[in-house]
Amino acid sequence: MTLELSLNQQPAHARQGSSIGQPLTRRDGFLKVTGAARYAADNHPPGMLYAVLAVSSIARGRVASLDVEAAKAHKGVVEVMTPQNRPALAADPDAKDHPFMFRLDLLQNDQVRYPNQSIAVVIAETLEAATEGAALLSPRYEVLPARVGLDGAESFVPRGVGVGGPAVQHKGDVEAGLKSAKTRIEATYETPAQYHNAMEPHAIVVAWDGDTLSIDTPSQGLAMAQGRIAGLFGIAPENVHIRSPFLGGGFGSKGMISGPQILGILAARLVGRPVKLVLRREQMYGPVGHRAPTRQTLRMGMDGEGRLTALDHHAKTTSSTFDDFFEPAADASHTLYASPAIATSHDAVRLDTGTPLFMRAPGEATGSIALESAIDEAAYACGMDPLEFRLRNYAEVEPMTGKPFSSKALRECYRQAAETFGWASRPLQPRLMRDADGFLTGWGMGTATFPAIMFQAEARAVLKADGSGVMETGAQDMGQGAWTAFAQIAADGLGLDIDQVDFRAGSSDLPNAGIAGGSGHTATAGMAIHNAGAAVIARLADLATGDEASPLYGAGNEGVLARGGRLYRRDDESRGESYAEILTRAGLTEIEGHGKGAPDPASQENYAKHAHGAVFAEVKVDPDFGQIRVTRLVGAFAAGRVINPRLVRSQYYGGMIWGVSFALHEEAITDRRSGRIQNANLAEYHVPVNADVPSVEALLVHEDDPHVNALGIKGVGEIGITGTAGAVANAVWHATGVRPRRFPIRIEDLLG
Amino acid sequence: MTSLPITLTINGHKHELEVDPRVTLLDLLRERLDLTGTKKGCDRGQCGACTVLVDGKRINSCLALAVSHDGAQVLTIEGVAHGEELHPVQAAFIAHDGFQCGFCTPGQIMSTLGLIAEGQAGDDPERIREGLSGNICRCAAYGGIVEAVLEAQQQLVKADRRTAA
Repeated sequence: MTLELSLNQQPAHARQGSSIGQPLTRRDGFLKVTGAARYAADNHPPGMLYAVLAVSSIARGRVASLDVEAAKAHKGVVEVMTPQNRPALAADPDAKDHPFMFRLDLLQNDQVRYPNQSIAVVIAETLEAATEGAALLSPRYEVLPARVGLDGAESFVPRGVGVGGPAVQHKGDVEAGLKSAKTRIEATYETPAQYHNAMEPHAIVVAWDGDTLSIDTPSQGLAMAQGRIAGLFGIAPENVHIRSPFLGGGFGSKGMISGPQILGILAARLVGRPVKLVLRREQMYGPVGHRAPTRQTLRMGMDGEGRLTALDHHAKTTSSTFDDFFEPAADASHTLYASPAIATSHDAVRLDTGTPLFMRAPGEATGSIALESAIDEAAYACGMDPLEFRLRNYAEVEPMTGKPFSSKALRECYRQAAETFGWASRPLQPRLMRDADGFLTGWGMGTATFPAIMFQAEARAVLKADGSGVMETGAQDMGQGAWTAFAQIAADGLGLDIDQVDFRAGSSDLPNAGIAGGSGHTATAGMAIHNAGAAVIARLADLATGDEASPLYGAGNEGVLARGGRLYRRDDESRGESYAEILTRAGLTEIEGHGKGAPDPASQENYAKHAHGAVFAEVKVDPDFGQIRVTRLVGAFAAGRVINPRLVRSQYYGGMIWGVSFALHEEAITDRRSGRIQNANLAEYHVPVNADVPSVEALLVHEDDPHVNALGIKGVGEIGITGTAGAVANAVWHATGVRPRRFPIRIEDLLG
Repeated sequence: MTSLPITLTINGHKHELEVDPRVTLLDLLRERLDLTGTKKGCDRGQCGACTVLVDGKRINSCLALAVSHDGAQVLTIEGVAHGEELHPVQAAFIAHDGFQCGFCTPGQIMSTLGLIAEGQAGDDPERIREGLSGNICRCAAYGGIVEAVLEAQQQLVKADRRTAA
């Protein structure tokens, strides 16, 4: 069952010339505003049963008993899956063959290692029966004390942080730099555990047919999910077909297939019928990852002119007791500010928590709010304007490596955002501005940055004798706009109007598009599409230039242009013919070409590649009650080539509001006695609602980058959080004179 | 559980149903009637993804037991457009990029229809923001949503004037 989706139903959009760079509205818009876009949990194969998880209400211990009989006796319950009857797996879910393979809880035993861990699955004819059956299990536990908090266990230095980077790095002599400094600051900041909370809960609808699997589940990495499932069940990857045309948000939590999704597959195996398993919101606070809390200490030294003499950034973080992911928060200090001496280091504790994972700007977001706060403190200590201080310490080469930047329009970002915001009239001292209603008003800024990452991707292009084209790659749209932006790249790559291109994505039977993460999907899969287009056009040009009957005969590949469904001689554009004519004369119904997207090793070696931005924030604080409102945000970002400015702006807006949320809203609170998360729901785990959101402006700063890839694309999905969170914190200081040292900022911290 | 007979008119179609009293209106729509445009984000009335209009008023369908709405008129996202012709609110959501992942979008649009019908927000962005704050958008497409509501509101006022004239 291949994914059938036609998105060419929208009226033609006004545009000129190429599709790249045009602000097309979303090609999946019609489906999304009519409710016709089918997300994983919207599927309902014939004979489908409902599976509901029972999850642990303790953080550590073992399940002593489950009342399986009571659950099974409930009308409509078909089966209860526990460690006793869970179908066998071909691989140990606790095996870890590579750093991207995360250990899963698949009922392998009766041990509990974090709250909300799956302990049984109830399968029933209706959702109501399965839900009630799960409640009837009434688990009893042998409870062990929970290890909670950044001081909850003995700390150690992890072997690697993030995707395996060194936990400790340095250049120059930080202690000497601090000693020689005229001015020094030292500050410690705490950031909380955060949960992705995509609107769409993790869901899977799965049907077995012999040893083949048909799956609907949201995935930011179809090929990785396919491989992981194949490995666990001992079947060939091509026997696992996953459809993920639309993700209801991912933010990193759907990058790796999670334990509950695999349990859905096991449940279907057990009962021999299709199964739907959807996590309840509170069940998303454990097995699907989170952003780990951090405690970060920064030390900086400055000379008499406000130049950094040393920058030391230490981050303490947490992981689970059974797996490794360490938030690389201190690494944020590698790229932004020039200093002769830089040291970054991490240590960690292991807690009774689900394993933390990638969450939108993992490391960059946490590190940025601490670094940007400390830079603000340093500027004030030197008696300098925070923008002037940042310009004084502007990095002309990547500070940690000394590599030149592939491109860096940060100065222009500072200039445009500062001018639009009106930064020049800001008083240096805090607590000097009030609005007409008497609210304390503060202005703060932060620098945004995120690396320009590429993974590996493939695409397949087809040109047909009717003059139309097909582009296939298993790309994933989680809201960033893959259906639209990739179709734009495909149209240009094929030299066709976008409505002449059938762009296919979102399914694991298509070429591997790599992961939609690390802000690298557009660059990676985009380059695969671009190269596949070039490959098929080259084949077409071969046919034409080698055919005496063609007006292009003898022009040679280099001498041909593809545009609007026709090939032209580069030296004489009056000579050309349509794709359809070339293929028809050659007697071919279609031709195809393949392309890959991958980082260029030489440019990896020679250049530091990052997107940059500057964010300015205004906050208003009630002088009596300490209530904080962000009233204005202006960001300017330079991230290489913009494929679709409408979608890119939306990414920046979303990221910036996540920055506000980081500074003011989000925090998972763990009960110190039980280790349970106390606010595992969308009422008490605060994310911004419409009324929380200020006026937000995002300026797109032009940037040509000849080194990142042939299309010049960096990435825009995550950078908006960085810079913004710190800008809000700095604005709060500027309004109140109180320096926020723990996040989210609390009213009681401001009232002292 | 003993099922109970109810009648619901959904998007203009009358449904005679036998319903387990535990079934929410949301699960009835999604799991029995294949009206999956209405989404389940939290099942606790906290996110608004399940917003539908019942007898013209916006409600969280996850908090409504189907049997307690016997005889009601229900409008879901599937009943808003006329075939290929989008309602002005839907068209404005596309034009202003009032969504990213689209999962909360049906709820946002139904909530907008309810808000406009309540006649309380008018063209005041601040009141629109307040009035739509029961609908979480984790992608944070809030700016586009407010612009879309403002534009749709103007279109509807214009259309009303035309009808009146």
